[in-house]
Amino acid sequence: MALNNYCLVCGGTGCESSKSDEIYKKLKEHAEKAGISKQVQIVKTGCFGFCEKGPIVKILPDESFYVEVKPSDAEQIVNEHLVKGRPVHSLLYKTSDQVAAKSEADIKFYQKQVRIVLRNCGIIDPENVQEYISRDGYAALEKVLFEMTPEQVIDELKKSGLRGRGGAGFPTWLKWSSTRKTPADQRYVICNADEGDPGAYMDRSTLEGDPHSVLEAMTIAGYAQGATKGFIYIRAEYPLAIHRLEVAMKQSREMGLLGKNILGSGFDFDVEIRLGAGAFVCGEETALMQSIEGKRGMPVPKPPFPSESGLWGKPTSINNVETYANVPVIILKGGDWFASIGTATSKGTKVFALTGAINNSGLVEVPMGTTLREIVYDIGGGIKGGRAFKAVQSGGPSGGVLSAEFLDTPIDYESLTKLGSMMGSGGLIVMSEDDCIVDVVRFYLEFSVEESCGKCAPCRIGGRKLLNLIEKVTKGNATLEDIDTMRQISFAMQRASLCMLGGTTPNPVLSTLKYFEKEYMAHIVDKKCPAGKCKDLVTYSIDQEKCIGCTVCARKCPQNCIAGERKLPHEIDQSRCIKCGACYEACKFGAVLVS
Amino acid sequence: MTLQELRTMREAGKKAMERRIVEGKTIEIVVGMGTCGIAAGAKETLDAFVDELTSKDVKNVVIKQTGCMGFCHSEPTVEVHMDGMPDIIYGNVDVETARQIVHSHILEKRLVDKHVFDRPAKDIVKEK
Repeated sequence: MALNNYCLVCGGTGCESSKSDEIYKKLKEHAEKAGISKQVQIVKTGCFGFCEKGPIVKILPDESFYVEVKPSDAEQIVNEHLVKGRPVHSLLYKTSDQVAAKSEADIKFYQKQVRIVLRNCGIIDPENVQEYISRDGYAALEKVLFEMTPEQVIDELKKSGLRGRGGAGFPTWLKWSSTRKTPADQRYVICNADEGDPGAYMDRSTLEGDPHSVLEAMTIAGYAQGATKGFIYIRAEYPLAIHRLEVAMKQSREMGLLGKNILGSGFDFDVEIRLGAGAFVCGEETALMQSIEGKRGMPVPKPPFPSESGLWGKPTSINNVETYANVPVIILKGGDWFASIGTATSKGTKVFALTGAINNSGLVEVPMGTTLREIVYDIGGGIKGGRAFKAVQSGGPSGGVLSAEFLDTPIDYESLTKLGSMMGSGGLIVMSEDDCIVDVVRFYLEFSVEESCGKCAPCRIGGRKLLNLIEKVTKGNATLEDIDTMRQISFAMQRASLCMLGGTTPNPVLSTLKYFEKEYMAHIVDKKCPAGKCKDLVTYSIDQEKCIGCTVCARKCPQNCIAGERKLPHEIDQSRCIKCGACYEACKFGAVLVS
Repeated sequence: MTLQELRTMREAGKKAMERRIVEGKTIEIVVGMGTCGIAAGAKETLDAFVDELTSKDVKNVVIKQTGCMGFCHSEPTVEVHMDGMPDIIYGNVDVETARQIVHSHILEKRLVDKHVFDRPAKDIVKEK
């Protein structure tokens, strides 16, 4: 029988970790048993983006969107839906009013999204080059090699207004053009896949879901800049993305889409993978190149810029995964089309990894100029547990924290920088009233201090000093002068650090001092942590009126420091309490008080 | 691989991929796949639709499956929705009739009179 149904199973890292691979195998097995294996194509795709509800299985052409699927559901999906055409109602996504969604169009999470970078994620099998080709894959490469000059390629990018998606937002065409103009016998193109921000997984998902789009774009970049060699620098912590890239590279080489004389055009280009050992600073371009050269990954002063003297002293252009993924579409649909999406200065879309205290965490792609409110409330479905929104952190440890008053700011490079944050690679961490801003800043500073390479003093010493001061705040020992010192150190770090790691380390401190000064004051003056997160400023006690003596808290307490008779009010021994909060979470009667 | 080979592969692949895409397709063929339908040969019917639409290169049709429509005596039953035509249920749709439906109903907008079984009455089918 001919193929009629398509069953797409998410094969992203998130869903794989909740057994999507087993679901995939079980679906195949049951389809075989039911005798419909020739009518149904079961495909393992890249990330659907809706990670909150994973693992996701989508059936086409019915457009049924199954969420939180378990391996044991496979049999029912096959026997009911694929054989008899009856969707499994219990697995369908339910909208906020508990109505089963008929298709993705009914799901709010998808309604405001525009997918350019993620065009193939969740649609094709990333390990099958044929599927990529069927979705206009390598058509841009074909156009570039046979119909365009390198200058025309760069012009098209200039028209598109594409800017670097790694965070800084440097115009891509300019980077390519200056690399091309530097005279050299060899040039290099590099793909920066060293995604290290906490909570960010845009690049990983793109590489896992559509590795060929990046390979195609790198080849185009090679052609445009006169480079024959490319490197993909990717973290060793991304095994699935590396595996899919390796499969894709092998297929491309076998088909003559990589290597010597690509498609008979006479153009040679090949790509090599270099694994990063997990140092955050290696995402910085000069440190990244040092690492590729086999040296210790530390930044070197700029200028000279990589476009003049980069890898092994040759002109080099480094672009981020997401930047590359945009390129084939721009070539095929034209720079003008791309420039019609977005804001005056920031064109196209941006992929964000939405995480934190939000209902629909996941991977979202929205046009530039979308507001934070749309992302947090319309796409993200609001704050978990109906709590109040406090802040959103963008741009990872280098970014800043924005408060509720900026929810209606359209997101683009300029507006975020103006507010003291930055676009960064696209991590968006949402915080609720339960999160303590000072504690969050401490977390990011700890991260940046840990990841500082130690080469320049402002970053090495300044970062550590800042962290010490923030810890003083969380312990309630800080004074108002300490705030001034923090500002001074931040100022020095921003101006004197060798690379952007040190230059942006103070960003979380400065932006929170600006927008959340009250919280600092509560810690310093009142010696209180309003969110109850800073352990040294919190005491747990039991309300003697409300406690019914159920003993749950006493049993949960790891210190055994809660005492009391059954059915009588309990009490906490403050001298032994480690302030873990287990009793607070365990109490069903709201009798544990935090102050 | 040569340029020509790449293009051939893309065209062939596009046809297969086409069936996976639902957006913009206006015609819907729904085949009843209850136990009764399958016993009466609904699988072969469905297959015939896929085959006929592919060979005639008709692109804007989605073929869906559904459970038993309740007309077990006239299986396989097939429902066709398209703009400019009434919603029709055809009964006793064997492979030959399936091909005929593609020719007359879908391509020429003429009903296959002999097999028109019912038009879903307003009181049992919700208007879209």
